[in-house]
Order: sequence, then structure tokens, then C-alpha cells
Amino acid sequence: MTTNRIIVGAHYGLRDWLGQRVTAVLMALYAILLAVVLLVKKPGDYLAWFNVFSPIWMKVATLVFLASLFYHAWVGMRDIWMDYVKPTGVRLVLEVLTIVYLVACGMWALKIFV
Amino acid sequence: MASTITKTPPKARPKHLDLFSIRLPLPGILSIMHRISGAALFLFLPLLLWLLDRSLDTEIGYDQVRSYMSLWIVKIVLIGLLYGFMHHFCAGIRYLFLDMHKGIDLPQARMSAAIVYFVSIPLTVIAAWLLFF
Repeated sequence: MTTNRIIVGAHYGLRDWLGQRVTAVLMALYAILLAVVLLVKKPGDYLAWFNVFSPIWMKVATLVFLASLFYHAWVGMRDIWMDYVKPTGVRLVLEVLTIVYLVACGMWALKIFV
Repeated sequence: MASTITKTPPKARPKHLDLFSIRLPLPGILSIMHRISGAALFLFLPLLLWLLDRSLDTEIGYDQVRSYMSLWIVKIVLIGLLYGFMHHFCAGIRYLFLDMHKGIDLPQARMSAAIVYFVSIPLTVIAAWLLFF
């Protein structure tokens, strides 16, 4: 029964698990990109620091990184609540707070880079 | 699906959850550290976004962030977060390999856990050095 499930099929509970790993790879690639950019440009003042994030491709990459981060953090935090918080009501409140917190962080990220 | 299932009365399973007497093996310590570092990074997101926002917004903001970063309490928090990031990053790469069934037997899994510990500390030192000096 469980042998012919495919990733792009309907959801088998696999979506978040896979999403967490895909976002992990995207974030790892961005971390390496940022490290290389910083090591090459060595920004030492405001203008140089500003210019690290001023190219459009860097803004896009950074926003993709942050979007990945918020989704990844959602899956991770939900796993933590599911493991340690058993009462449904409390868990629901914590999950809602987590979503509100991450959406607010997302808005802030948009404000910075758009 | 039509098979009959003989039900046995549920027996109380033996549980041993005394966290102070369980000696967690290295991959187990890595696992809980992965969780703690992830949660810490989650909780400090607003601080990091705020530093990023201020430093990119205006030159005055940038200078402010520089002066905050010279405070020892901010330094300690940022170095802690850098270590959390490096640990989460390295342990995460290890997990991606484990997910692909690479290195799943015990000696290899122990070795890769040790490598994560061994690598994430110098990475933190280098990153902190570049950030503060």
C-alpha cells in the first residue's frame, strides 16, 4: 500500500518533510553565496555594506532565503510543539503564535528588501 | 484488508525517561543540539532582522549597529547565534546525507556526528573573527 507514493502526488504527509529539506538546501546555498560575496567584497563601511544587498539578484536571493527560512522554521517549530506539548488547545495556541510571529518576520523582511 | 486482527489487551510498556541517568550517544546529543540551535535561531530572528534593517537603512543606523556590536553582551549573543547557525548548518548537511541513506551505519554515523562538532567550532571562530575584527 505504501510503496507507490510519489513526491509530486497528493499529500501523504510527506510535503512538509520534503519542504523542510528543500528549503534547507536553498538556505545552505545562500549561506555559501553570502559568505563568498562577503569574503570578496569585504564591506568595511556603510556604502560597501549597502552595496552587498543592492543588486537585484542579491535582493531576490535574500528574499528566497528568508522565505525558505520562515517555512523551514515553521515545520521545525511545529515538530517541537508536537513532541513536547500534548494538550490540543495549548498546542494550537502555540502554533498560531508561531505562524503570526513568522508572518510578521516575513513582512519585516519585505520591508527591508523591497 | 479483510484479515482478522486478534486484539491483545494493551500492556504498560516499560518507560525510562530519567534524562539525568540516560547517557545520550554523540548522534543523540547532536540531535537535541540541532533542535535547541534551531529554536534559538527562531527566537532571535527579530534581533537579527532589526540589526539588518537598521544597518542597511541609513548610515546613522549602520554606525548605531556597529556601536551596539561593540557591547560585550551583544557580542556574546551574536557569537552564540553564530555557533547555533554553524552547528545547525553542519548537522543539517549530515541529516540530508542520512536522508539519502548515506552513512547510516553506526560507526559512520558516530564519526559524522563527531565531524560536525569538530568543524562547527572553527567555522564559528572564523566567522566571529571576520565579523568583529
